[in-house]
Amino acid sequence: MPQFAIIAVSILFDGLAYAMFLFITSVGLSVTMGLMGFVNLAHGAFAMAGGYIVVSLTRNLGIGFAPSLAIAAVVVGAVSVVFERGLYRRLYKATDLEQVLLTIGLAFMAIATATYLYGPIPKSVPLPNWLQGDISLGFRAFPTYRAFLIVLGVALISVLWYGFEKTNIGAKIRAAVDNRRMAESVGINVDLLFTLTFALGSALAALGGGLAIQLFGLSPSFAVLYLVLFLIVVAVGGLGSLKGTLLAALVIGVIDTAGKYLYAEAGGFFIYAITVIVLLIKPAGFYGRE
Amino acid sequence: MKILGWAGAAALAVTLGATAQAENIKIGVVAPFSGANADLGQQIDKAFDLYVKLHAKDIAPHTVQIIKRDEGPPTGANAKTVATELITNDKVQILAGFAFSPSAIALAPVVTQAKIPMVIANAGTAWITNLSPYIARLSFSMWHHGYPMGAYAFDKIGCKSAALAYTDFPPGKDSTEAFKTGFEKVGGKVTESIPLGSPVQVPDFTPFFQRIKDSKPDCMYVFIPSGAHATGVTKAYGELGMRKAGIKLIGPMDLIPDNKLQDMGDAAIGTIVMGNYAVDLENAENKAFNEAWHKEYGKDSYPDFMSAASWDTMHAIFDTIKKVNGDLSDGGKFIDAMKGWTGKGPRGTVSIDASTRDIVQDEHAMEVIRKADGKLGIKVLGTTKAVKDECKELKIGRCGS
Repeated sequence: MPQFAIIAVSILFDGLAYAMFLFITSVGLSVTMGLMGFVNLAHGAFAMAGGYIVVSLTRNLGIGFAPSLAIAAVVVGAVSVVFERGLYRRLYKATDLEQVLLTIGLAFMAIATATYLYGPIPKSVPLPNWLQGDISLGFRAFPTYRAFLIVLGVALISVLWYGFEKTNIGAKIRAAVDNRRMAESVGINVDLLFTLTFALGSALAALGGGLAIQLFGLSPSFAVLYLVLFLIVVAVGGLGSLKGTLLAALVIGVIDTAGKYLYAEAGGFFIYAITVIVLLIKPAGFYGRE
Repeated sequence: MKILGWAGAAALAVTLGATAQAENIKIGVVAPFSGANADLGQQIDKAFDLYVKLHAKDIAPHTVQIIKRDEGPPTGANAKTVATELITNDKVQILAGFAFSPSAIALAPVVTQAKIPMVIANAGTAWITNLSPYIARLSFSMWHHGYPMGAYAFDKIGCKSAALAYTDFPPGKDSTEAFKTGFEKVGGKVTESIPLGSPVQVPDFTPFFQRIKDSKPDCMYVFIPSGAHATGVTKAYGELGMRKAGIKLIGPMDLIPDNKLQDMGDAAIGTIVMGNYAVDLENAENKAFNEAWHKEYGKDSYPDFMSAASWDTMHAIFDTIKKVNGDLSDGGKFIDAMKGWTGKGPRGTVSIDASTRDIVQDEHAMEVIRKADGKLGIKVLGTTKAVKDECKELKIGRCGS
């Protein structure tokens, strides 16, 4: 295989793995913003919480990495319902600024709590043997963990797509995003729907947080540091759109990786360049409603 | 009668001065306590606290009062604000700490104007000490590790070619420049130099490292701030199988901070760094230091090079307080008294160069190994005695001004 083709495949592979992480972690944020217009800046805190649960389960209780990811997602999803019912619900009709104040406050409290419990030193997780090392495809070896990210991402996207497009509840969510008042007036319980999607989004964020440990390490400030990345994906994709979030994650993941590989000197610049260009052409993002 | 009274008061003042009035000296400590690099602040702060706790009696009858402030992110802005407050509101007489170069650089004009001694416990950009006559440094300059690593990598590790990668802020450029200067001087070839983004968040290192892997240099020299980035580098390097591909990971000791080493796993084994400290360094002071540390902070807490430098920082400050007998009224005099200071600490014997106010210390080439007890540790491969900051010795760039 010619050299440029090998490089192209390599960039696509790494970019795709990065995109899957971006998608899994951001999709919840997009749906809650689209559905309720709620600006949830504590989304990163849910991701961080998921990460720390994975750390505790694997390190202290000796549970495997994959089951720990699942447990973290379920626990954070369940706990997020308490937050949604107890705190968020009170501010659905409030202004953006009030929502931002509440959620960024929650994020800072989460950071302080994590620092208190785990200390500021970054944590890592022991990976099982089957996720270590690399897979050789003859012309090139690929890190196994990244291959795992891609497989998991594709599986989740299939499930989400099916749930969103083919099931009754998916249809209700889409209806509520499109026109909330109309959806309510035909008898859809948007409140309940929102609680469900919020829990699902938070669970996915927790899963993303667990997956991120191997990529970035996990420290309490994760809650805020990577939030910018998730917000970029949401803004570029368009609020409330599953398709948009996926496309944005793919575009950002692949172009960012390609930029870093091919033009390493300007490595950090590409993600912002894409964001600016997309938002100049489509201010509401790929699939957002103008 | 009146004249006599005045004379008496004057005599009294003279006697008081001579018998050392007990002074309470305020030391402002600026270190990162929040954000991605909060653990660096802890490494510095814990060493300061430990030294003060164990050695407070040394400076009797004088006492010190430590006032701590958050250095914030590695951009300098927050550090400048809090340090200015420390000087103007809290009336501190000495500033100490500073994990990040941008903070030290931003503060240089402030301490010059305020005439307050600023004793640096980490920030490593070489030319920082040139910025103000009130700055002394107990940690290192990036050139302490980077420059000797150039020749060592070429001669001993077998790096004929090397790719450089660095976090894009002043010490990153400084460290790679130092390595490049030393490496090219002996005939090494630098294949490329890649900035790895800002120090604020850990990037996805994989595309950068994949690029380096494909260009097949003998070695990869990496500088990153020693916080969360270090683990990320080792993970990405391990995942890509770069060691198997024959690319050795080398760098300054920031790559393998002692308090994160155990978490790095097998991927770290074989990494060779140049540095001034490791927990495993063998000398009596280091043994005592580690014992005191574990006693105070638990067996799972480890000091690192920042802690060692911070310990020496407080040591130098205390010795100088004794030397000037608690008289901090003139910051310039205090810094003058610190020049030429020599002390024994966890790093062995270190001293302050009288002309540059920068540290002179031994440098060790160290390799990460799996120790007999199953933990990761280091093996010292070679030591160079009493290394000065070569950037200022060779007067390169801003170090010459």
